[in-house]
Parts: sequence; structure tokens; C-alpha cells
Amino acid sequence: MNPVKSLKAQKHELGNTQYQLDVLNDSGKLGHHFPLFQEKLAPIGLFPLKPTQIDIFQINVGKMCNQVCKHCHVDAGPDRKEIMTQDTMQLCLDALKKHPFKIVDLTGGAPEMNPHFRWFVEQIREISQEIKIIVRCNLTIILANPKYHDLPDFFKQHQVEVVSSLPFYTANRTDSQRGNGVFEDSIKALQLLNAVGYGQEGSGLTLNLVYNPAGAFLPSGQAGLEREFKRALKTKFGIDFNSLFCITNIPISRFLDYLLVSGNYGSYMEKLVNAFNPVAASNVMCRNTLSIGWDGYLFDCDFNQMLDLKVTGSVKHLKDFDFQQLTERDIVINQHCYACTAGAGSSCGGEVA
Amino acid sequence: MASYYNSEDLKKFGAIGDFGAKNLAQDFFKYYGDVFAEGALTSREKSLIALAVAHVLKCPYCIDAYTTDTLEKGCSEDEMMEAVHVSAVMAAGITLVHSTQMINKAKEVTM
Repeated sequence: MNPVKSLKAQKHELGNTQYQLDVLNDSGKLGHHFPLFQEKLAPIGLFPLKPTQIDIFQINVGKMCNQVCKHCHVDAGPDRKEIMTQDTMQLCLDALKKHPFKIVDLTGGAPEMNPHFRWFVEQIREISQEIKIIVRCNLTIILANPKYHDLPDFFKQHQVEVVSSLPFYTANRTDSQRGNGVFEDSIKALQLLNAVGYGQEGSGLTLNLVYNPAGAFLPSGQAGLEREFKRALKTKFGIDFNSLFCITNIPISRFLDYLLVSGNYGSYMEKLVNAFNPVAASNVMCRNTLSIGWDGYLFDCDFNQMLDLKVTGSVKHLKDFDFQQLTERDIVINQHCYACTAGAGSSCGGEVA
Repeated sequence: MASYYNSEDLKKFGAIGDFGAKNLAQDFFKYYGDVFAEGALTSREKSLIALAVAHVLKCPYCIDAYTTDTLEKGCSEDEMMEAVHVSAVMAAGITLVHSTQMINKAKEVTM
């Protein structure tokens, strides 16, 4: 049974970001002691962690979502009212005009639920035909309301790349993480996207799926999983897609709650720490990404954003946007960062090592 | 010794060479790694075989390790359970096929 309300609406202690950081740093009484993440980076010359080339402008346009997934690091849901305003979107557009980012990555919540979403996509596309626009679409939103039924056509019209979560190719494992009926609706939405050309060879319309484990274990072997997903989805439902990205669940927010309640927190963190991979550490996504919050504040990644760990330095908000200064900043790290450096690594684009 | 099986001991497996016969342990773990690498069989298929063997040889350490490993490699509940059924039916068949020995002997000594 998935939660009906967000942690914040429940007034859960994990709705407090400082409490989450206290758990991760063992400031409480859990009795877990893990080496500090910076102690892993220092010997390999990665501390302080610095940006390489900032190509990705990832914008979280709001925390409102039609789903309440058990693992959600945003703690998103229908009860979350934090939504990016058109004024803040304009600040994003101003920044995009000043600096030629290669990728604009729109996330949420369900980004399409922001009332200015379509306007925003149109404006970004007007700035550049070359820029890659990604929308992290949860699939079910396409079927949630008639006003969203034409989203596949809208995405196609503006050459938007669609990245969608599908934790597994069976209903039980998908629904256990994302809610009852989500698998069935996701399959219908994927078929609608396929019907307008997404995931079809030669269409130029990219449809990528995201796999993240439905439990306290790590993803393994992105290429092998992609083969299995392609085989299963094609055979059972006639669905095509381009690539599968494996993303490790980050031990924050609702997934942290799951780990603590299920008694898996210690063993999960131990697994992440033991699987630390220096190659993955050198390729972490925060080195080439800038993350924008719904209210215009700047972060190193969407996970830091949800822990309210703003970028270091004097430029902390879009209204003061200074690309040069941001390229020179120290990236904020903490214990949750182990999830991005475990095994083959993890990013919004899947494995990194 | 309070009990013979302790899940914490699984973490010590890689260090058995520290007790003695280090070279043999190193050879074993090299062989282990090579066997489970992608080959003519995928590492996913090999993990399902290992899960089945873990059950038929009744090794709790291996059941723990290969349940996690098959989940990590994206195996479904049906695939995992069918693998265990393969080991179960093989064990049953192996028992039953020995009944031919019994039948032969019985025929030999009875009128």
C-alpha cells in the first residue's frame, strides 16, 4: 500500500531535511558508523569536488505529482503545492540565453502539472533548436486527465526527449513501488508515445526508460537489464524504447523512510559504502549539472536540492546567475552521495562507469 | 558457539585465505569471478543457476547472496521461483530414478 500523503503533509520527522542529514551522519542513536564520503574522495584527489564542464541545466518545476511513489526522493504528491512561477521560469530562460547549456532537463514532481509547463517548453525551444530538452515524464500523467492526453503530440512537436520511470516490466513490482494500477497506465502511455513515433527507429524521437530497484538492493548490469526490458516489453505489449537507465535509490526522503521502517538502512548503506567506485566518483553528474529549485535557488543536483543543500559561494539564486562563479564552486557532498558512486555509478542518465 | 549459521559470517567469506592456504583461496576466488562473468551464458542466467544450486545444496549463505544478486540483475519473482522448482524437481527426480536400482534388486531376489 503506497502512502496517500507526502511525508511533509503527514508532518513526518523525515519531512525535515535536517533530520534526514542527522540520520545520514549518525547524529542520532541508530548506531551506524560509516566513513565520511569526503574521506573516500580525498585519497583519489577529488576533494573538494569541482565541476568539470556544466552542460546540463536541470530544472525542477515543482513538487506536485499525481503519484505518491514509495521511493520518491522529492517527497512529491498531489498535496505538494510548491510550483515554479512564470517569473522564475523567465529567470531560467534568461540564464539559458546567457549561457549555451547543451541539455535542459525538466523534472518534478510531474513537470506537466505546472500550469506554465507548455509555455516554458515552447520558450526554451525558441531560444535554440539545437538544445536537447528532456522531460522526466511519469507516464501516468498522460492518462490522468483529458487535458494531458495530447502530451505525446506536444512532446513530438517540440522535439522533447522523454525519460520515464518504469521500475520493472511486471505489474506487481512496479505497483509495489509506484502505486496500484501504475503499471497498467504506464504501459498504455508507452503505447501512446510509440504511436506518435517515440522509441521508433528513424523517428528521431527518443524514449528512454529508468529502472530503479523496488527495494533495498542495488541495480546491476544496465546492458543486461536493458536487453530483458526490451524483450519483455516488446513480447508482452509491443512496446519499443531506446535506452534503459539504471538509477540507484538515494537514501533520502521516502526511500530513507522505507529503509528505516523495513530495518534495511544499515545494510543498504554498508552496501553503498563497500561498492564505492573511484571511476564512478570522477564521473558523478553533479560535476556537469546545475540543478534549479522550484523557487529559483541553485543546487549541485536534485538530491542536494531535496536536502536543501544549496550551492557554495555567493551566487545561490537564479537572479544572481553568474556562470563563471558557478564553475569554480566546491560541490556540496554528504553521505547520500555514496549512492551515485556505488558499483557502475548512478546518474539521471544511468551508469557512469 | 551459539549457532552454526550466522548471516554476518557471509561477509567473512572473502577473507578465508587469511586463516591459511592463501594461494588456494586466491585461485578459488579468481575462478569464482571468471565463472560468473558474462560469457556464453549471461551473468543473469548464471545467477539464476546459482540460486537453484543454493537451494538444492541448502546453503543459507548462498540463498541470501543469490536472492539479492538475482533481484539486482532484474530477475522476476516467477523466474526466481521457477529456478528453485528446477532444483526441487531435479532432486526429486534424482531420488526417484534411483528406484530403478531398487526395482532391479527386488526383481533379482524375488519370485
